[in-house]
Amino acid sequence: MAYSYQLKRVDFIFRNENDWEKVLSATIKKKPDEIINELISSELKGRGGAGFPTGLKWKLTSEAKATTKYVICNADEGEPGTFKDREILSKVPYKVLTAMAVCGYVTGAKEGFIYLRGEYKFLEEELNKVIDEFEYYCKEINLDFKIKIFMGSGAYICGEETALMESMEGRRGEPRNKPPFPTQAGYRGMPTVVNNVETLVHTWTIFKYGAKKFYDLGVQYSRGTKLFSVSGDTPKPGIYELELGMSLQDFVYEFGDGDTKAVQVGGASGFLVPRKKFKDTAIGYEGKLVGISLPTGGSMMLFNSSRSMFNVLDNYLEFFREESCGQCTPCRVGCQQLLLGIKAVKRGEKPANYLDKLLKLTETMQLTAKCGLGQSVANSFSSIVGNFREEMIY
Amino acid sequence: MNPIQSLIKDLADQYGRKRESLLPVMQGVVQREKFLSEYAMVEIAREMDIPAAEVFGTATFYSFLETKPAGKYIIRVCKTITCAMKGKNQLMFAIQDMLKIKPGETTPDKRFTLLETNCLGWCHKAPAMLINDEVYTEVSPERVREILSKYMKENI
Repeated sequence: MAYSYQLKRVDFIFRNENDWEKVLSATIKKKPDEIINELISSELKGRGGAGFPTGLKWKLTSEAKATTKYVICNADEGEPGTFKDREILSKVPYKVLTAMAVCGYVTGAKEGFIYLRGEYKFLEEELNKVIDEFEYYCKEINLDFKIKIFMGSGAYICGEETALMESMEGRRGEPRNKPPFPTQAGYRGMPTVVNNVETLVHTWTIFKYGAKKFYDLGVQYSRGTKLFSVSGDTPKPGIYELELGMSLQDFVYEFGDGDTKAVQVGGASGFLVPRKKFKDTAIGYEGKLVGISLPTGGSMMLFNSSRSMFNVLDNYLEFFREESCGQCTPCRVGCQQLLLGIKAVKRGEKPANYLDKLLKLTETMQLTAKCGLGQSVANSFSSIVGNFREEMIY
Repeated sequence: MNPIQSLIKDLADQYGRKRESLLPVMQGVVQREKFLSEYAMVEIAREMDIPAAEVFGTATFYSFLETKPAGKYIIRVCKTITCAMKGKNQLMFAIQDMLKIKPGETTPDKRFTLLETNCLGWCHKAPAMLINDEVYTEVSPERVREILSKYMKENI
């Protein structure tokens, strides 16, 4: 069979390198501006899912005037289907710590936190040992930077950066209004960089190998590599580092079980892509890619034809209903009503066109919900109902 | 000073009495006591000089900060999509059958509490569960019987 096979496996992130001391001391010999420019020219974008340019985030925080600033590593990995950050923190933690320290040097922050989700508590002890060793070295090279672990306690919403900071301040993890953005007023009201674990590791790659090396990977607007967490109906579930910009078709050739009906890109808050759209879908940030381009935090869940899309959506909605923080009405009531609604249609208590009403509701949520959780429920809902309508009804 | 009061005082001494220390203090109480009783929450409020309603509001937000009495071993079975697809129901039935409790309940001897939870981050090794902080992946009904009988025998 002739097809263009274009998945490009790369090995940067988990490459075992024992030279973090060298990378750290060499990098902080450069001027902060130099480091920021390097990051900007690499076009690295945040790997947690939202895709904000990392260099710009560091720049904004470094320019903010304040006596105290913070660096936070977001390890509250809760998106269904994502499990890469755990692997990074257990295999190459020193890369993350080095990147945090460099971020501190660039922005003027003296304190860093790793917000680790409660489900990963088993990592804490080992990670603390690495931190001790790391801080010892920082002292040796006169770099004033401390890192602490802050444990989460089982709340998906705390992966949202402002909810995360509320949680660190000892409150309910309810997202704040933006602006002000954390780069201006974050943790304890001070300028704060919040980066995903994987984003930080990519900055390490850039410090060590240069921006050009990173920029040359991937495609326009989606530079570099990405870790993909592959799960579901696949013969080889696991974590894979691939170049961005691949077509979903190629992905399914590599990871599908021959009977792939649909792929959920980006977890429950992402999009479901049905088989007929595989070849028009590319994985990367929005840009000039041909067809649809879907960003992702790395979650790729494959479903084969034995799966009912109703059950999938039902599972997602139950997840959102439980994880909605409840502070804004569109999300709190919306998630409940969507779940009740699809069940009622399935049971025949509501007519099929009630689904259109529910679709309208997701549009309202997208416009009016306060944070990404409520806004993104529309993604999976509309892509599942839109493509598998009959499965919702019969 | 009763044991809970002194535990809370120790935790507050260790983490500080600022609002930022509230979560670590509550986590410390849960670690020892398995849950936050109303009494413990009021004591935390007193010790840290935070309104009791705020302590309650914060505690009840987080699913890992139990506010109902729980057993010595809290079993949390992941129910999110991949685990649901890969046999979470069979796993739950096996546990319920063995411990004779339903989800949300605690065994009469106060040793096990069974809960369902959202994505644990082990989708590539589904189904997954936590027993306290310990992770178990690719748990078949047969394996869960082995695992639980160990916990039942041992006094870990």
